[in-house]
Formats: sequence, structure tokens, C-alpha cells
Amino acid sequence: MSIKKISKEQPETFEFTENNLKLCEDIISKYPDGKKQSAVMSMLYIVQKQNQNWIPLVAMKYVAKLLNMPYIKVYEVATFYSMYNLSPVGKFFYQVCTTTPCMLRGAYKLVEACKEKISKNQNEISDDGNSSWVEVECLGACVNAPMVQINENYYEDLDKDKLTKIINETTKGQQPKPGSYKGRLNSAPEIKRTTLNNL
Amino acid sequence: MLEDKNRIFQNLYGDKGVDIASSKQRGDWNNTKEICLKGKDWIINEIKASELRGRGGAGFPTGLKWSFAPKEISKPHYLVINADESEPGTCKDRDILRFEPQKLIEGCLIASYAVGAHKCYIYIRGEYFKEGENLQKAIDEAYKKNLIGPNACGIGWDLDIYIHYGAGAYICGEETALLESIEGKKGQPRLKPPFPALVGLYGCPTIVNNVETIAIIPTILRRGSKWFSSLGKPKNTGTKIFCISGNVNSPCNVEEEMGVSLKDLIEKHAGGVVGGWENLKAVIPGGSSMPMLPKETCDTIKMDFDSLIKEKSGLGTAGIIVINKDQDIIACMARIARFYKHESCGQCTPCREGSGWMWRMLERMRKNEASREEIEMLEEVTKQIEGHTICAFGEGSSWPVQGLLRHFKKEIIKRNNFNPVVSKNTNIPYLVDQHLLEK
Repeated sequence: MSIKKISKEQPETFEFTENNLKLCEDIISKYPDGKKQSAVMSMLYIVQKQNQNWIPLVAMKYVAKLLNMPYIKVYEVATFYSMYNLSPVGKFFYQVCTTTPCMLRGAYKLVEACKEKISKNQNEISDDGNSSWVEVECLGACVNAPMVQINENYYEDLDKDKLTKIINETTKGQQPKPGSYKGRLNSAPEIKRTTLNNL
Repeated sequence: MLEDKNRIFQNLYGDKGVDIASSKQRGDWNNTKEICLKGKDWIINEIKASELRGRGGAGFPTGLKWSFAPKEISKPHYLVINADESEPGTCKDRDILRFEPQKLIEGCLIASYAVGAHKCYIYIRGEYFKEGENLQKAIDEAYKKNLIGPNACGIGWDLDIYIHYGAGAYICGEETALLESIEGKKGQPRLKPPFPALVGLYGCPTIVNNVETIAIIPTILRRGSKWFSSLGKPKNTGTKIFCISGNVNSPCNVEEEMGVSLKDLIEKHAGGVVGGWENLKAVIPGGSSMPMLPKETCDTIKMDFDSLIKEKSGLGTAGIIVINKDQDIIACMARIARFYKHESCGQCTPCREGSGWMWRMLERMRKNEASREEIEMLEEVTKQIEGHTICAFGEGSSWPVQGLLRHFKKEIIKRNNFNPVVSKNTNIPYLVDQHLLEK
């Protein structure tokens, strides 16, 4: 099981913006009548997006009220799933996959790059206050290993230099192009394509 | 090698468009109405005849699973698609979501019709946010063309498809944990029975299928169960997407016939092992949960459910992780053990505690700090976890360790000869076991 740190500094209030409230109504309507609780995961995700990438306790209470469910149930969900950040993280949030398929292809070199360019330890916010990184488990892009997820985008087929360059560009506020950095087409073989040649 | 015309996923690499017009050129949605109008029983029997086995890991016959759905509808039925692809080494569903979404949506319609479901939820792992966005676009387009929605495709059946995002929990790939997650709870598996086919989502009959299984359904029905069962081997029919990752020259996804030889997959499609075939150490054949195969087995093994079971492994999700001799095999397995320690849901004690024990022991073995007794102990721990948990996570976490012990025990013993007896007579004031000191 993973351990989650809940931030000691908590804001006093939280409310959805009008747009997000509307979005929530849409999400609730996906589920049958009386099964509002199903929307809790999506709502926590929206909270996270609205609140600089993390979920404060007051927002959990707010979501609980909105969905008519006990606060502890929302708390349970928020602490169970690893994608919910319960402490502040960087505006640019780097998730480095280091599970075996990525490890075999040098994922720990990417960790080094993060240590050098962002912060010494994971979950620590960089000096400029904008970035943080974390080691995560398999992100499901194993044939494009090693890879890093920055916010919602996948950056694949990386090495230390390429990631350093990506970090530099991201910090400057440019958005580097997601996808493979070996110039290959998605998950097709890089060297010699053996299938689907005559389409 | 499988001919291109027999490949189901013609757009696996994303060469072509994903919109409905280009999908139709690849054959999607061409005679969906005629297929459905042949009736539910025909569809289920055809799938049974094709001997299709689920592509999510367990290999359960799909037609049989569908036939468990109650015939008389007293409660609403649900179809749930499992797109919570998190097994290390596996990334096939991602490509289907990105590049062949219409195959999945058409499959959803046919499967929903066959099992009597008006609502279909697609559970996508939270990290696949962009893939989810693509799929939502494809769903919206299908609604617009009335391929799904009220009176979908003109077959007189209403179908709504919704996406539900996960949030980074591997265990939600287990079908009952997935249902709990959709219900807005933490994803902890339920006791079975009752099976989801009778008591599933919101207590209603629910069929849970993997993305790949559903996406190949329309092609099977279009080209006939005979065509599908002519590929592969008896009881292991059809084609399968293999994901080849790790120490190969050209890692890739590739669709091949079931029963293809592992050596062919690695040498022909993935550019060979880094350093040559002789440099191969071991292969994990079906995602991290499946026990590894040593090189001698890899020389001849065929990739299908039954051949791999004979070698005490399994096809699983067909995520092939290649490990060559430049790697420290114990470190690789220690990392996998760490994955399972991190992802255990914490419900059953043997798994929650045992996964941590296994990881810590393997870490000690990696650092050459373990004693010989610990190797036996590790084996015992895997046996204590296996079969003593609610879901198959217990097996999934202990099998890879058992695989390591089965094939590389000698190497572990060679590296770990730590002797607990303190041989030098040093003055250690806090050492309680003074009698261990040699006089």
C-alpha cells in the first residue's frame, strides 16, 4: 500500500467555479438515479485541476456535501487512489515511471535528470516554485520506455539529455511536443517495420 | 507469420485517421445492423464457436461469460469495459483507445445487445487522460451518426456509452474492484460468488470484458467464427496483440497469431535481443504477474495460453518483458515486488503484509545481504500469500517471485552467503546474543 501525506497547511474554503459546477452536473447525469456517489472520483479530479493540482480537506467536505455522502467516504477514496495529490505539488508535475520495463531501459537516468533539474528529493517543489517530480508505478507505455508524464502528456523514448531539454523548455513555459522522442510512429518498431506495410 | 489481411487492427500504429469515415474503410460499422438482427443467441453461439478467450489476462471463454447473463431481464443489465491497463509490460489497450476507437464502440454495441445491456461504462485508467479524450470524441461522433444512442444503428436497441476515469490504482483492473470503483468507493475486490454476471454494478447483472476482447468481436462476427478459429491453435484461437518491451533492439506492439513462437516475436518483430539471442537471460511472457521463463525455454516456447501453462507460466496480457544478461535479474524482480507492495489494496492481510516482506527480502538479496535461510523463507512466504486472498492479486504478486526462485535459485545462493553468526570476537556491547560470539 502507498502512504499518503496530507498537507499540514490547509485552505479554509473551497468552492467550484461555475463552469466546473456545470461539468459536475454533466458527470452526475452519467450515472443512474440515486447513484450520485459514483461521480466522486471525477469530482476529486476536477477539484485537483481547479486547485493547482492538489486536493485540500475542505474540498473533500465540499464534494461530500454536493454528492450527499459522508465525508469519510470521500476521504477514503481520496487517500486510496494514487493520482490524488493531498499536498501541494508543482504546476508542472513530472511522474517518472520506474517499474521494471522502464527500469530495464534506463528510467533511473531520468530520475537523475529530475534530481538535477527540479529538486533533490521527490515530492519537493523546485526553487522557482513551479515544478515537482515523483517516481510512479507503471504508466502503461512499456514499449515506449522509458517515459515521463508531465501533467496529462506522455513523453516517450527518452534519455537523460532529452528529458533535461524537455524540463528546460517546460520551465520556460513552452510546451514541448508529447509523444515519442525517437522519431518513430507511436508503438511501431523503430528499426524495421515488419507488419502493416502495404496499407 | 500472419498475413496483413488477417490482422484485425489495421490501424494499430496510427497511420490512418480514427474518424468514422476512415474507420468504415477498414470495415467498421459496415453491416452491424445485419449482424445484430441475426439475434442474441446467434451472436453468443458464434462467439462460442470462435473459441475466443478473454484478452485481459485470465483467458476465460468470452461466449461462455456472455451466456451467464440472465435471459429474463428483471433488473437493468450493464456492460463494463475494462480499460484500466496497468500491468507492467502491457500497453495494447492504449493503442486501441487511441487508434481504433470505433472498433471498440461497435463491439460495445454488439456485446451490449447480446447481453441485454442498455448502459455501457468504459473504465479507463486515470493516467490515460488524452486517450480518454480521444475516445470521448469518437463516442460523440458515433452518437451524432446514430450508431449508438436511442435505436442505435436502427436495430431497435438503445445504448448509452459513458467513460469513467480511474485514478491510478492497479487493483481496479480486477473486475469486482473495478465495479466498486465505478460505484464511487475505494477499489477493493469483492468476494466471489456472487459473480458479477448475476450481482455486479449497483447489484445488477454485469458483464466485464477487456478492451481488446470487445474490439475484436465485430471482426469475428463479420468474417465468421470459422475464419477466427482457423487462426492460432485449437482452444487458443485467433490473433493477439503482443507488447514486446525491455532489452530488445526495437520494442513494439505487434498483432500476431496465437501460438507464434516467442523467438520469432523477439527476433523478427522486435529487432532481436540487445547483444544477440545468446545474451538473453529470461523473459516474462505475460505481464509482470506471470512467472519468468529462462533462456532454454524461450528457445522453443509457443505463445498461447495452454503452452505457457505447461511451462508453469501464463499468457496473461501478452506483455513480453525481455531481460538480457547485462541486467541484474534479482534487481528486476525486486522492482516488480516493490510494484506489488505499492499496489496491494490492503484488504487481505497475507497480501498487504506479504508483498512488503517479499520486497524487503528481495532487496536484501539484491544487495547480497541475505542469509541462505531467507531464500527458503521467501519461498514459504509466496506460498502463504498464494491462494489466501480474495482476489488474484495474491497469485499475481507471488508467482513472479516463485518464477525467480524456480530458475535462478543458484544465482541467489551464490550471491547471498551472509552468515548470522558473528565470527570475529569484537566487543559489541548492545549485542544480546553474546553466546554467538566465538570465544
